[in-house]
Amino acid sequence: MRIVGKTSQYVVMSLFAVAFLAPLVWMISASLRPEAKVLSSPPKFLPTDTQWSNYGEVFDLIPVFLWNSVKLAGLNVIGILIVASMAGYAFARLKFAGRDIAFMVLLATSIIPGIAYLIPQYIVFQHIGWVDTQYPLWVPKVLTPVFATFLMRQSFLTIPNELEDAGKIDGASTFGIYWRIMLPQTKPALAAIGVFTFLESWNDLFGPLIYITSENLQTLPVALAQFQGEYFTKISLLMAGATISVVPVIAVFLFAQRYFIQGITMTGMKG
Amino acid sequence: MSMATITMARDTSSAVSTADVRRARRKQNLTGWLFISPIVVGVVAFQFFPILVSIGASLTDWNGIAPPKFVGLKNFTEMFTDDPLFLQTFKNTVYFTLASIPLTIGIGLILALLCARPIKGVAFFRTAYFAPYVTNVVAIGFVWFWFFQPDNGVINGLLHQLGINGPQWLSSSSWAMPAVIMVSVWQGIGYPMIILLAGLQGLPNEFYESARIDGAGAWQRLRFITLPLLTPHFLFLLITQFISSFQVFGLIYVMTKGGPGHATSVYIYNIYQNAFSYGKVGYASAMAWILFVVIAAVTFLQWKLQKRWVFYS
Repeated sequence: MRIVGKTSQYVVMSLFAVAFLAPLVWMISASLRPEAKVLSSPPKFLPTDTQWSNYGEVFDLIPVFLWNSVKLAGLNVIGILIVASMAGYAFARLKFAGRDIAFMVLLATSIIPGIAYLIPQYIVFQHIGWVDTQYPLWVPKVLTPVFATFLMRQSFLTIPNELEDAGKIDGASTFGIYWRIMLPQTKPALAAIGVFTFLESWNDLFGPLIYITSENLQTLPVALAQFQGEYFTKISLLMAGATISVVPVIAVFLFAQRYFIQGITMTGMKG
Repeated sequence: MSMATITMARDTSSAVSTADVRRARRKQNLTGWLFISPIVVGVVAFQFFPILVSIGASLTDWNGIAPPKFVGLKNFTEMFTDDPLFLQTFKNTVYFTLASIPLTIGIGLILALLCARPIKGVAFFRTAYFAPYVTNVVAIGFVWFWFFQPDNGVINGLLHQLGINGPQWLSSSSWAMPAVIMVSVWQGIGYPMIILLAGLQGLPNEFYESARIDGAGAWQRLRFITLPLLTPHFLFLLITQFISSFQVFGLIYVMTKGGPGHATSVYIYNIYQNAFSYGKVGYASAMAWILFVVIAAVTFLQWKLQKRWVFYS
């Protein structure tokens, strides 16, 4: 595509980059300003009058929220990787009665919008006393990774038969073949699902919003939204909290960008 | 190695009785179902069962606590004849969807075209364009909430520099929706960009070579080769973007809570309020099923209409 010259391409790309990054840069510099200077006229995007004590103040408030976010992301990632890889392995590599029908039925559930079953789920959880606990934020997710199972199945399908046969001859059990021989071959798919799940769990708003009322159980992003009037009364503090809520995600994304993009294009255009 | 397996399998199969075969098959079935049992239990317990409850609930007057009262199709008729808010939130959602889909896909295409050219630093730009997509909606909503403050916000501050008196944005019933759409587009562009970028990188080279020999200019190549070859990707994006835009919730919740008035109240926000604020579980369930019908119908229509414009090479 040589529609424009190289220089003008850099100019256009840089203008777009400014548009995409400026709000995030503003968030960081607002988090470092004294409250009175957060909204200045004319607006300033780069840090001025840097005041690190905002972060000290915020760190008195957020460790529990941060821990909840980390804990839930960890439970979701580990749980989904185990459940989805086991199911994906069986659908791709094992022969058993009802396999293909079961797979079709699982896929078919994904056409129903989540809100249709989230409402009755809430009522069921109310009856078994799970409202205002963290169970609804990981148990149903870990046990229903339909999309991740689909991805794992695709990944297991590409592994050559020889490896599996070698394991069978050595007398390994089905679980042993899955765990020691096949699973290590699917690292890119596991990484993609891991990154997706981490982001989804970390950024989830709806679940924590409807299920959690106790402060000490809330996740960081939703705590910012729920307790803005109580704890995060200043814009600078809110922005410091927001910055902290964004940093782990950006870090994971930068670190695992390749897998993430691979995952998107894999889910996107296969089929 | 595989030869050995085959001969071994043949040897054993001729020696074993049918009872052994049956036992082996039963063991195979059991193993398979054990591997998928966690997800099967999960989907039955957390999706099938709630879906059945939801279908039943949509025919009742129910607050989720007291026993439900069967009312037939009353919830559905009420929505369309006796609930102006339902119709308004439906219209708002259509407005949001129709505005944000062309913007995200259009700008996403421009960015994908820019990033497809292998120039120095392209990875930085791609990451920058994608960063908002992975950022949580609460942080984004708050930043833009302050950006849109009428008196001392960043947007009107910048407009003021240009000598323009900015509107009231989130507190104006006509500007609140465009403001929310802008933020949603800004956040969402990364996804179509990545999909289209993957599409561009997978395009076969031979078309371009013969076009160049025929003397086609850059614009002509874009118009007559690149865009037609990307139509399957556009179809995929239209379908997925419709499904996600029609269910927008997070930005609305953080930035406007549906206001001012009900100017930015969208479909899912309305369901959320009915189910979790007003305790109208039956009515909210009925709305969820109308949502399902709308999404299914539009997706089906897009799938059927693809013959007219999607090009499969």
